[in-house]
Amino acid sequence: MNETKRFADEPPIVIEGLVNSFGDFTVHDGLNLTVNRGEIIGVVGGSGTGKSVLMRSIIGLQYPDAGRIDVLGQTITEVDPDQDIGVRCRWGVLFQGGALFSTLTVGENVEVPLRQFFPEIGDELRREIARYKVLLSGLPEEAIAKYPSELSGGMKKRAGLARALALDPELLFLDEPTAGLDPIGAAKFDRQTRELKETLGLTVFLITHDLDTLYEICDRVAVLADKRVIAVGTIPELMEIGHPWIEEYFNGPRGRGALSAHKRGEAK
Amino acid sequence: MDGAAQFTFDDDTPDGKLVLSGSLLVSTIGELDKQLRDLPHSIALIDLSRVEDIDTVGAWVTCRLAAQHDAAVTGANSQAQRLLDAVDGTSGPAETAPPRVPAWKRVPAGVGEQVFAAKSGVFGVVGFFGHILIGFGSLIRHPSRFPMRALVRQMELVGVAALPIIGLMSFLIGIVIAQQGAVQLSQFGAETLTVNLVGRITLRELGVLMTAIMVAGRSGSAFAAQIGTMKLTEEVDAMRTIGISPIEKLVIPRILACTFMMVLLGFYASVVGIIGGAVVGQFALGIPFFTFLERIQEVVPLHDVWVGLVKAPVFGLIVALAGCYHGMQVQGNSEEVGKRTTMAVVSAIFAVIVLDAFFAVFFSEIGWG
Repeated sequence: MNETKRFADEPPIVIEGLVNSFGDFTVHDGLNLTVNRGEIIGVVGGSGTGKSVLMRSIIGLQYPDAGRIDVLGQTITEVDPDQDIGVRCRWGVLFQGGALFSTLTVGENVEVPLRQFFPEIGDELRREIARYKVLLSGLPEEAIAKYPSELSGGMKKRAGLARALALDPELLFLDEPTAGLDPIGAAKFDRQTRELKETLGLTVFLITHDLDTLYEICDRVAVLADKRVIAVGTIPELMEIGHPWIEEYFNGPRGRGALSAHKRGEAK
Repeated sequence: MDGAAQFTFDDDTPDGKLVLSGSLLVSTIGELDKQLRDLPHSIALIDLSRVEDIDTVGAWVTCRLAAQHDAAVTGANSQAQRLLDAVDGTSGPAETAPPRVPAWKRVPAGVGEQVFAAKSGVFGVVGFFGHILIGFGSLIRHPSRFPMRALVRQMELVGVAALPIIGLMSFLIGIVIAQQGAVQLSQFGAETLTVNLVGRITLRELGVLMTAIMVAGRSGSAFAAQIGTMKLTEEVDAMRTIGISPIEKLVIPRILACTFMMVLLGFYASVVGIIGGAVVGQFALGIPFFTFLERIQEVVPLHDVWVGLVKAPVFGLIVALAGCYHGMQVQGNSEEVGKRTTMAVVSAIFAVIVLDAFFAVFFSEIGWG
């Protein structure tokens, strides 16, 4: 049994010369980024630097003005958002607000991708899968049959994660997963992401402002500024570059706090 | 992704040993799961050593099978073991749909709920109307807060933007009435009375009534959907916390715009309907266009115009009230927005038609027949 059998070796995400603009406002101008297999890459940047737009471009919801994006060997910039392409069942996306289908229960939400891509799975197994996915994402038993409007913000995120993981994807997109969670919940979410990555061999594309998340679980961090990715690397590597924004980001009071928390955690 | 998921039995082992092989993945396991479910044998051991690839779904199926037969699992490599550990302890009855209630309970309960909802609906509308009156009161006391821009914007959306469609509709209705009327009246040799028919029916009834139905479909539904969506996205709550009354900012401009524009649109519709009749007169009845219009002035009493103009603002108020009320009632999910929009349009049209009947009786009683 070969652990990496279903994962080929090419990088799962390759972005070359991406240009995105809204009217006169250019968000990305010649952005390049390569994500390696099996890593958790954190994407940081000030508000309005186009982190979410970058994610939307990669998953094919935003048609770029120029450039090329390859996801899992498929050139995503050449297809329509609704076109039937194989890669859609190989990634999972957690949107910022959860984006759960509001007329379905949490369990039924998780069943949707299973139903869509693997109709041959029997009803009973599909319900069982939905059930254990919801439980694995850290929600209590009672939440399975609840509607999204009955859940708190943090629970919606977990339910969204369960749906993103429904198909055991190779690639997971998380848009600010820990924003709005309490610190205990956020730490648990981080730990879960790390565990998932290790157990399932996931590649995770993570947009976050949470410095603790960056220190705890990200293998590399990509910094978005000046309409492109100005640097990619581990946090110590980034600090050596000496870019003023990066300095301020990681050396600000919050950045230092997260670093010392991280060091305390490692010392244990 | 080769090797479909398969199982074989190794009968040498006492109690049976199940050997799973191939890929135990979400994409390949569908058939295998169905076969494993109706397995007659008892299983003591599940061997995973020939499995090529596994994900959490494969691990789950293995786990469930082991729990069901009280069997042990062997031959799992480190990754498979990790997955097994991860999904272990999540077993239990799998119910993802909300609990179902049998029909003999559900139907009477539904009827009862509807009855209570009808009662609270009446109270709700009256209360809502009261809120609007209070809102008007405070706007009169603080005229600087009056949402002038919103009012003008709504007037444009409800009134000006509706001109083409209402014009076309009224024109065609005028044509149809004139044409059908002429056919019937010619049996008595009274084609010239077509002018009376068209003039009185459009000004008294159809101009305003059809406009009200059109505005309910166009603007009443838009009110319900807009305000309903704003409720869902907590915009209405945000307004309240800033100290802006949603009644003053959202509801009153729409109510005023709809009430006022309905008068203009109703009159406009009547005029265009008469023009439609005159066109038929010109081409089918041999009555010259301008003669038709002059005859209208002679045969239509002035109070017919007043009947139309009195009804119009009432209908406009009802359409706007229904739209805004149902919009403000939205809570929960996006399905509710659709439901409330439908209810807004249906209840508005229903109330308009019922009131129109009352108006007809009332005006003939006071001698405006």
